[in-house]
Order: sequence, then C-alpha cells, then structure tokens
Amino acid sequence: MGRDGERIEITISSRFENIELVQVIAEHLCENAGLDEDGSHWIGMAVREAVANAIKHGNKLDIRKKVSAIFELRGNELEIRISDEGEGFDPEKVSDPLNPQNLMKTSGRGIFYMKTFMDQIRYSFTAGGGTLLLMTKNLAKGSGIASSKA
Amino acid sequence: MKATSRDVNGVEIVKLEGKITIGAGDSQLREVISNAMSAGKNKILLDMSGVTTIDSSGIGELVGSYTTVANRGGKLKLLHLPAKLNELLHVTQLITVFEVYEDEQEALKSF
Repeated sequence: MGRDGERIEITISSRFENIELVQVIAEHLCENAGLDEDGSHWIGMAVREAVANAIKHGNKLDIRKKVSAIFELRGNELEIRISDEGEGFDPEKVSDPLNPQNLMKTSGRGIFYMKTFMDQIRYSFTAGGGTLLLMTKNLAKGSGIASSKA
Repeated sequence: MKATSRDVNGVEIVKLEGKITIGAGDSQLREVISNAMSAGKNKILLDMSGVTTIDSSGIGELVGSYTTVANRGGKLKLLHLPAKLNELLHVTQLITVFEVYEDEQEALKSF
C-alpha cells in the first residue's frame, strides 16, 4: 500500500450536499493507496453514513455548525475521524436493525453499515458538546463488504 | 433522482435513475410511490438498474415504500438490482423482504 503518512482534513457546513465531497475524498484516498474499487466504495459509504449522521443527528442541520473529517494513513491502517458540534447520543441505545422487530423500520441502519464496512468504529463525546467518531480499516485486508462478519 | 413510469398490463413499472440518498432522492421516491397509489396503481415494479448511489436513507425509503404499498393491499417488487444495492439489502437481511427479479417478463407474471 502506498501513501503512508498521508493526512487529509476537510471541514464542511452541515448541508447534505456536502456529504459527497467527503465521500469522494475517502474513496480517492483509498484508491490512491492501492485498495480496489469495491473496497474503496464501501469505505466511502461508511464515511457517507457517518457524515450524514453528524449533519442530521449531531448538528441537526444547523449550517452554522461544522462537520470535520480527518483521514490518516499509517502503513496499511486507515484512520478516519468524523466530528460534529452536536449534543451526542448513547450508542448503547441504537437498536439492532437485524432484530426482526426492527427489520421494517425506515431508519436506523447507518451505524450498522459503518460497522459492516469498517474494522472498528468508536464514538466518544466531549463535555463541552460534540461527538467524535473514530473508524479504522486495515487496507491490506482488501476489499470487501464484510458480509463474512455476519 | 429521475423516475419514469409506464403501465404494462396493470403493473406500474417505475425506472429510477440517479441517486437515492439523504436529501437527494429519498423524498422523491416517497412522492413517486404516493402518486402511483393516488392514481389507483398498487402493483409497482421498481426498475433499479439506473440507480447509481443509495445510502441508508434510500434503503429506508425503499422499506417505507414497500410497507405503504403492502398496507393498501398492493405489491411492490424490485427489478434489475445493481450489485452494490444487492449487497446492501443482503447485509441488512432486507433481501428476505423484497421480491427481486432479473427478468421483466418474469416479474410481470408474478403479480
């Protein structure tokens, strides 16, 4: 994998139309690092879901509030940090979309997709407000939707 | 998102093209389904071949559309699923909910 030490940072206003900007950066970074198209796509999808949550649930569509994304490559390990200026939430209270009683719900799959496409995701919250999401992926594992995890 | 509809033997075939993502296409899909139902069409076949991007909001709208149609005694089925959409439905087990077809004639016969 190339591009060791690469670091990219972007800050956007809380508008849905900005989501794709961050997604495209993620996909290009992964492709430049040697990941195949599918693998890059699924990481881009995880980033899309994370940024959408930060805009909608974190910043509640307040365009004065920002969402920032930091991408760092260390060897084969990609670290992505997405932060917002919202009030946070309790990740334990997020329902499992695979539970039969949740299967037909129209929302609640974003975090599940992030977990599926990334190796690890972890939320942390600051006392002064704001949510930080850390997602990691070992690019050497190759592409693939992590359906084998299921 | 662009939606083009045609009626074939009482089945409304809706070809969706573009993105079905948060803020761009998710609400449009709801409107397309709502308009079809208002026009008395409750056999709906969504041709997904032109969908370029879909996210969890888009998936949620598909589920909502399915429920809306089913609650009114109709049927909503999917045609020509792009590979990545197929994967998204598989990992969330929604593939067990939707009837999916690769052949339009076969899909039409199933209604």
